[in-house]
Amino acid sequence: MRKRNVHIKLDRLKSDLTEISGLEISIGKAIEEEWAEPLGPTPCPSLATLRDWDLKLLQRYKPFYMPYCDVCCLCTMGKCDLTQGKKGACGLDICAQQSRVVLIACCIGAATHTAHARHLVEYLIEKYGCDSPIDVGADVGVEVEAPVTRLVYGEKPKTLGDLEDVLNYLENQITHLLSVAHTGQEGSKLDFESKVFHAGMIDQVGMEVADIAQISAYGLPKADPNAPLVETGMGAIDSTKPVILVIGHNVPPATQIIDYLGEKDLMGSVEVAGICCTAHDLTRYNPRAKIVGPISWQLRFIRSGFSDVIVVDEQCIRTDVLAEAQRTMTPVIATSEKNCLGLPNRTQDPVDQIVSDLVEGRSPGAVIFDTEKVGEVAVRVSMLLSPRRMKFKVIPDLAKVIEETKRCAQCSNAPCRKACPNDLPIPDAMHQASESILEGLANLYDLCIGCGRCESACTNDLPIHSYIIGASKKIVNEEKFKVRVGRGAVQDVEIRKVGGPIVLGEIPGVIALVGCANYPNGGIEVAQMAEEFAKRRYIVMSSGCAAMSIGMYCDEEGKTLYEQFPGEFDAGGIVNVGSCVANSHIAGAAIKIASIFAKRKLRGNYEEIADYIHNRVGAVGIAWGAMSQKAASIASGFWRLGVPVIVGPHGSKYRRMLLGRKDKVKDWYAYDTRTGEKVFVGPCPEHLFYAAETKEEAMVMAAKLCMRPNDTPRGRAIKLYNYIDLHKKLYGVMPDDLHLFVRRDADLPITIKDEVMKILKEKDWKENVIPDPTLLPRLIRGKGGLTDER
Amino acid sequence: MSADPWQTAEIPGPMKALIITKPVIVSGMLKKAKRAIMVVGHEAAEIDFGGERAIDYAIRMAKALQIPVVATAHIAGEFVKRGCDQVWWMPAVDIGNRLQDPDWQGLDGKGQYDLAIFMGITYYMEWTILSGLKHLALHLKTVSLDRHYQPHAFWSFPNISLEEWQKNLKEILNQLEKRL
Repeated sequence: MRKRNVHIKLDRLKSDLTEISGLEISIGKAIEEEWAEPLGPTPCPSLATLRDWDLKLLQRYKPFYMPYCDVCCLCTMGKCDLTQGKKGACGLDICAQQSRVVLIACCIGAATHTAHARHLVEYLIEKYGCDSPIDVGADVGVEVEAPVTRLVYGEKPKTLGDLEDVLNYLENQITHLLSVAHTGQEGSKLDFESKVFHAGMIDQVGMEVADIAQISAYGLPKADPNAPLVETGMGAIDSTKPVILVIGHNVPPATQIIDYLGEKDLMGSVEVAGICCTAHDLTRYNPRAKIVGPISWQLRFIRSGFSDVIVVDEQCIRTDVLAEAQRTMTPVIATSEKNCLGLPNRTQDPVDQIVSDLVEGRSPGAVIFDTEKVGEVAVRVSMLLSPRRMKFKVIPDLAKVIEETKRCAQCSNAPCRKACPNDLPIPDAMHQASESILEGLANLYDLCIGCGRCESACTNDLPIHSYIIGASKKIVNEEKFKVRVGRGAVQDVEIRKVGGPIVLGEIPGVIALVGCANYPNGGIEVAQMAEEFAKRRYIVMSSGCAAMSIGMYCDEEGKTLYEQFPGEFDAGGIVNVGSCVANSHIAGAAIKIASIFAKRKLRGNYEEIADYIHNRVGAVGIAWGAMSQKAASIASGFWRLGVPVIVGPHGSKYRRMLLGRKDKVKDWYAYDTRTGEKVFVGPCPEHLFYAAETKEEAMVMAAKLCMRPNDTPRGRAIKLYNYIDLHKKLYGVMPDDLHLFVRRDADLPITIKDEVMKILKEKDWKENVIPDPTLLPRLIRGKGGLTDER
Repeated sequence: MSADPWQTAEIPGPMKALIITKPVIVSGMLKKAKRAIMVVGHEAAEIDFGGERAIDYAIRMAKALQIPVVATAHIAGEFVKRGCDQVWWMPAVDIGNRLQDPDWQGLDGKGQYDLAIFMGITYYMEWTILSGLKHLALHLKTVSLDRHYQPHAFWSFPNISLEEWQKNLKEILNQLEKRL
């Protein structure tokens, strides 16, 4: 890997004194070319390098715009009304404006992951040295340790120091991308979309850098399918002990808490529990830590008074965490420059003084950027404060819920319900509670995403969310589950084993359940989807809040899905890769199938690998509760790889879908590399980005989106069987589009062959070829085509 | 009757739906349309009027007008179970996408529609789809027959009670079925 400090390259220099050509000087850099693979055509792509590929995808999957705002208010020439074809003062129309906002969202997402990676890498270099090796599973034969980085950046990072160079490239691209959103820059909606894809690809590299750095340096599970199970849920927290709550995504401060506890032999005396991705990464660091739950568990846990100190790092933390913590007399330690919460910077102060101020309540919290100091302060404060706080909570007991709900005005316009993202029947539940029937409020517990908007809207300032939690005491106490710790990457040997069955279609697909917890009907729907697909022998992958939700439901024997299904990347496995940044391993697995199984060249060869994945790897992402800008950029990284993403109904607020039109036959042609002919391949996959209205719809669509042009007849038959079976089971009718997916008799599932054939006859179905598909003319090997450039 | 969105912050832009103050407005408009289509989401199969469900009204309306119904989400089987033979199914975003395409030839291949009636899609999702149609489908008028105000439709009921909604739907049906 080359380390670029100063690099001067002169093709030709002519002066009075001399003439030089082909001079290349590097200062402060060691050139180590140990990677034999030749550099592909697109290392370190800039904004427009992969534009042709993007436009191919966007030609097939055109944006369907669903404007979330009819005006633009980004400059002072506005507000501009963009309704029905009107242009803004800068000339932009409503479609381009939607794409522009999506680009801004994806830039925020990519910047967030990349900045997270930058912080981690610099921190870990300081701690472990820049020569600290990258190792995400060498002991289990992981040789392709950074597939996304190799593919995009074109280099193979070997040390933490190498990752700094990768980050330089990413930061450069993000700056350019964000500048595109300035007034008077890009004007084309499709070019905005191409840049959205670019932001997503950059984001994927940023995530990979962050996760491989922390796996390597911290020794997190290294591609371990048998990573341990950890306790999860509010009921799993031992509130008789001092409790430290960590929230966020960037784990170093939390690791120092564990280290300090270890040094002082206090591990069994203090509970360390996390919310959101810091919880994932902390349990990867030490499985004695616990997971409280996803992002939406913040209010309920803080108000329940369990925490004796709260340590926040960055991302997805409630911005009112300090105010909420103060209500339960819980001090907050902010540890990231990105999120100081208005607290005084105590980094340079002696530990004793900080501890004393927090314990005595002289300060509601402190900013501490020194992670070692965070560890000591958090532990000591929790231990000193725990006996004083006596788990002081603001969640009312049942009697108080009944008493206080009598104050509900039952407003005629139901502002609490109108403020609820999921339109929950809060007024009815409040009315019932006031009459001593608490079932209504308790029924909202699993459905509530914990935003607290109902409280802000209440005309009597009633703490409605607290009533929901108070009425659900029994549910909360019983909330004890198991989640398999994030395992990190997929092993090369696993790819060798299942690459064939996936590409040939014999494993019906890879379903990645990822993303945030903005669920329309509670996390149980994610668990139900995971179970259904795992039982059908798909490979189910998971990460982030979705991975927690999958573990938060039990069968009749009290076992969670992580206890019922193995953690291997194989048919019927449920594979938790880890936190948000571990999403890169999901993309990495698809890339490794192309690289390891199909032996396609990886290095700086984005288009060919994406073309391979799009046409052959039946992978689908489901971000059922996608909420954030990071979720947007994660999805867009998958789009550029040609992997479709399904979001829940709230995902329609991402302003536009990328939808194929199966009724337009001309959209579904690809080249057959063997002959160079353009052949009909069917709408496989039909969509690239798509919001489903219900869980049932999402499941049927996911099964359909797993079909790929390259499926063998046997593989297509298995995929069709699952699609048809799910359709019949969940829709109550046969699919009406089977003629588009059956290419030959042999594609038909044997058990329902007659039934399907009858439908095909009605649709005047004709046999089609099964090609060796590509969207890239340069990969045509046969008649009239170019030589394979692989 | 105020034109306030059901979900407080889902504020419309400068152009907002006209309020259906009387059921006769709807029946008149439906009768006048040359090519109408109905789009019915999963909530229609869940909303219970005490024996009858919203989907039953949708089916009666489609029959009275002799127009096709697109069942979104997973409720196609609910229509089939009720003997409705003029039902197609596709995701809500798919029918939205087709309706905004002026070149789409419709479910029967006879041309694009000039009126789309929406009912039963999750509020905020219907909101976004109707927004897309308001901006991009200038050939199309949209009517929301849900009980909550949909600002991006061309016509919408204001926020009304379940009882009032049922009464309005019945009245519309009475007027439509009179001509049968």
